[in-house]
Amino acid sequence: MANKRIDQPTGTETVGHEWDGIEELNTPLPRWWLWTFYTTILFALVYVVLYPAWPMIDRATAGVLGWSSRGQLASEMSAAQAARAAVVRKIAATDIEQLPASPELMQAAIAGGAAAFKVNCVQCHGAGAAGSPGYPNLNDDDWIWGGTLSDIEYTITHGIRWESSDATRANFMPAFAGVIESAQVDALAGHVLSLSGKAKPNAAGAQLFADNCAACHGAGGEGMVAMGAPALNDAIWLYGGTAADVKRQILSPKHGVMPAWNERLDPVTIKMLAAYVHSRGGGQQAAPAVPAGEATGDVAHSPKAENDG
Amino acid sequence: MMADQQDIERPAAQADTPPDWASALGSDAQTPRLAAVAEDVGFMGSALYEKGKTIHNKRINGPFRRFKWLVMLVTLTIYYATPWIRWDRGPYAPDQAVLIDLANRRFYMFDIEIWPHEFYFVAGMLIMAGIGLFLVTTAVGRAWCGYACPQTVWTDLFQHVDRFFDGDRNARIKLDKAPWTASKIARRTAKWAVYLAIAFWTGGAWIMYFADAPTLTVDFWTGNAAPVAYATVAILTGTTFWLGGFMREQVCIYMCPWPRIQTAMLDEKSLIVTYKDWRGEPRGSLKKAAKNPDQYGDCIDCNMCVAVCPTGVDIREGQQIGCITCGLCIDACDKVMKEVGRPRGLIDYATLEQCKAEAAGAPATPAWKALLRPRIFIYFSVWAAIGAGLLFALGTRTHTDLTVSPDRNPPFMLLKDGSVRNAYTLRLRNMEARPREMEVALEGMPQGAVMWTEAVSMENAAPKQVIKVPANATKLVRAYVMLPPGEAANSFRFRLTSLDEQRESDLAETTFAMPGNE
Repeated sequence: MANKRIDQPTGTETVGHEWDGIEELNTPLPRWWLWTFYTTILFALVYVVLYPAWPMIDRATAGVLGWSSRGQLASEMSAAQAARAAVVRKIAATDIEQLPASPELMQAAIAGGAAAFKVNCVQCHGAGAAGSPGYPNLNDDDWIWGGTLSDIEYTITHGIRWESSDATRANFMPAFAGVIESAQVDALAGHVLSLSGKAKPNAAGAQLFADNCAACHGAGGEGMVAMGAPALNDAIWLYGGTAADVKRQILSPKHGVMPAWNERLDPVTIKMLAAYVHSRGGGQQAAPAVPAGEATGDVAHSPKAENDG
Repeated sequence: MMADQQDIERPAAQADTPPDWASALGSDAQTPRLAAVAEDVGFMGSALYEKGKTIHNKRINGPFRRFKWLVMLVTLTIYYATPWIRWDRGPYAPDQAVLIDLANRRFYMFDIEIWPHEFYFVAGMLIMAGIGLFLVTTAVGRAWCGYACPQTVWTDLFQHVDRFFDGDRNARIKLDKAPWTASKIARRTAKWAVYLAIAFWTGGAWIMYFADAPTLTVDFWTGNAAPVAYATVAILTGTTFWLGGFMREQVCIYMCPWPRIQTAMLDEKSLIVTYKDWRGEPRGSLKKAAKNPDQYGDCIDCNMCVAVCPTGVDIREGQQIGCITCGLCIDACDKVMKEVGRPRGLIDYATLEQCKAEAAGAPATPAWKALLRPRIFIYFSVWAAIGAGLLFALGTRTHTDLTVSPDRNPPFMLLKDGSVRNAYTLRLRNMEARPREMEVALEGMPQGAVMWTEAVSMENAAPKQVIKVPANATKLVRAYVMLPPGEAANSFRFRLTSLDEQRESDLAETTFAMPGNE
C-alpha cells in the first residue's frame, strides 16, 4: 500500500498506489486553493442559514433574512408603481380628448394601455387587436359604437350588453326567423351584399331592407353609431361576409357581449386602454364612413375626425 | 538536485565572486520547485497542500531589465492616461478619446465610433488580438507573458515596492523570517499601504473608460457616482492588491490558461529562454573547476539565474510552465559570465533546434534567424488581412441605416372602403453626431400607394415622408402604408435618403400583405 517513492524524471513523490503498473504523482494543491475551497463551504453554510435552502415537504426552509422571490417581485412591483405614480396621476387628471395634445402623456398612456391590453383584452380581441369573427378588429377604421377616444373609453368602461351595468351600450337586432320567408331572406341577403358591391342589386331585397332594416342600419346601409348598428356597405363584416353568414345573422342574430371594465379596472387603466386601442391606427380613417353629423347620442363625440392617432 | 546545491562550497564561491551577487548564495537559495514539493510532502507525510513560497527575486540590471522597464512605462502610461485624452466630436457626442459608453451602447475610439450593430469590428479586433498572440508566440515565444501581460507588469511593480521597503533579496528573506517586531509591523503596514494605493489607482483608472473621466472623478469623490462604479473600484482594488501583491507567479502557474496554450504552441523552432546544458554541464564552482581543469562546464552554479527569476523557476531544468521568458536570467548569467571571463549566452534566447545544432558543433546562429519561418509569415498575412479588411469596412461604412419590420399580427388591415393598410416599424439610424432630416420613400409600389407615420396625420399621407432623426440615435417610427382598393402589391422597398450634402441612402426590402397573399 504505502509504496511511496520518488519518480525519477519529475522528482515528485507518488501517492503510493499502483494500478496495473500505473502510478499517480502526488502534486498537492497550493494552500490558497484549499482555503478558497473552504471559503466556498463556509459561504454555503452561511447561505443556508440566511436564505431559503432546504426543501421540506411543502416548502423550503425560510432563511433568517426572510427573503423570497415572491417578496422581491412584490417590492419591485411597488417600486415600479411608485416610479409611475406621477405620470399616472397626470393621466388621471387629464381629459381623455386632451391626451393627444401632450405627446409624452399620450405615449405613456399607450404604453400602459398596451400592457393592460395584453392582460385583459387579448383573450377575445387577439394579441394584435385584430379580433376574430364575432370579436371586433380594433385596428381598422370601422367602429360600431364610435372610434373617438371618449367613445372607446365609454365602451370599455360600461361594456356592451353587460347586464349588471345600467349605462352599458346595448341594442338588440330582432331575429327575422319566422318573420320573413326563406325566399325573402335570400333576396334580402343579396341586397345587403350588393351595398358593398359583393352581389347584384335586386328590387325585392331593397324593398325588404327599406321596410325592416333601414331604420337602424340606414337607407344605404351606412349604419348608425348611436344605435350601435353596424355599417353594411363596407368591406368589414363582424360575423362574416358570405351570403350564408349574412342570412344566418338575419334569421337569428348573434349579439356579442363585452364586460363593463369599470367593475375590474381603475379609470386610469381604462383611459390608457382607450388610448392604446385608439393608437392602433383605427381612428385615422373615420371621416368618410362616419360623418360627424351622425355621430350623436348619449355619448359625446369629438366633432373632429380622429385621424391623427 | 538538492544534494547538488548543498555541495556548493560557500567560502570559496564567495571569495571568487563579486559581492553584489555572492549574497545570492545564502542558505535560502531558491530550491527548484518540484524538488521542493517532494521535500514538503516527505516531511509532512501526506500533506493536502503545497506550502506557499514567497519569491524574493534579486535585483538585476541588463538589456532585458531595461526593456521590461520600458514596456512597463509604456503599458502603464497607456492604461492610466488614456481616459484623460480629450477628443472633440461636436456638441452631440462625448469628448473623451476612448470611451465605452455602456448606457448609450456606443464605443468611442478617437475618430471611430462603434455602434452595437457594428460589433463585428470589436469581434475582428479580438480575432486580430488572438492571431496576434499566435504570431508573437511563434516569433518570440512567450513574450506576452514575459513583458506585456498585466499580471507580469503589476507583479513587477509590486516587487519593486518590496525592494524599496525591505531591501533586496537577502534582506527580504531575513525580514520574512524575523519575528513581528514593531519595526517589521511598521514596514509591512507602509508597504501594504503602498500596495493598496497602487491597487486603488488601478481600479480607479478602470472605471474612467466607462464614463467621462473628469466628471466621474468629481462624482466619485463627492459620493455621487453610481454604486456600480464604487463596486467595480472595490473589486479591482481587491484583486490587484491580492493578485499583484501576494499571488503573483501563482496566477501564472495555477490560474492562467495561457501558459498551457502557449506550451502547446511552442515547438523546437520557437524562440525560448534556454540554458545551454551542453556548455554548462557539469556545473561546478570556480574553485572546483580550478582544482580539476577540463572537468567542469561553464556553469559555476552560482544560482543567480534562480535568484533573479520573478516566478522562482530554475531555467536549467529546461522549459517549464513557470518560465514566462522575461529574460532576467539572461541578464544575470551574462553578467556572471562577464565577471568570470567566459563567453555570454550560457542562458539565452534560442530555439531548441539551434541549441541542438550548437551542441553538435555548429556555429551559434543569431536569434533573429528564428523569425524567418513560413508560419510567421502566414500568421502575419492573416492578421494583416483581417486588419486591412476592418479598415476598409470602417472607411466605406455609411452613417445611415434603415431596417424595417412589418407588423405580423395582424399582417394586414382591411379598411371600410376596401383599401388595405399595412403597418411597419422603421428603424432610422443616424450615425452622425448631428441631427439629420431623412426622407423615407416607397419604391416599387403601385400608383396611389401612400404612407404616413404616427406623427403625420393620414390626410398628409404621401408616397414619401420626411423624418427628423436626432444626432447619434436610432429613431423608431411606426409607419402605415395604404394601397387603394383594386391595387395589388407584394414586395416593395423603403428608400431612406439623408437630406444633406452626403445624400447617403439605404434600401430596405419588405413585403406588403394583402387578403389572399398573407
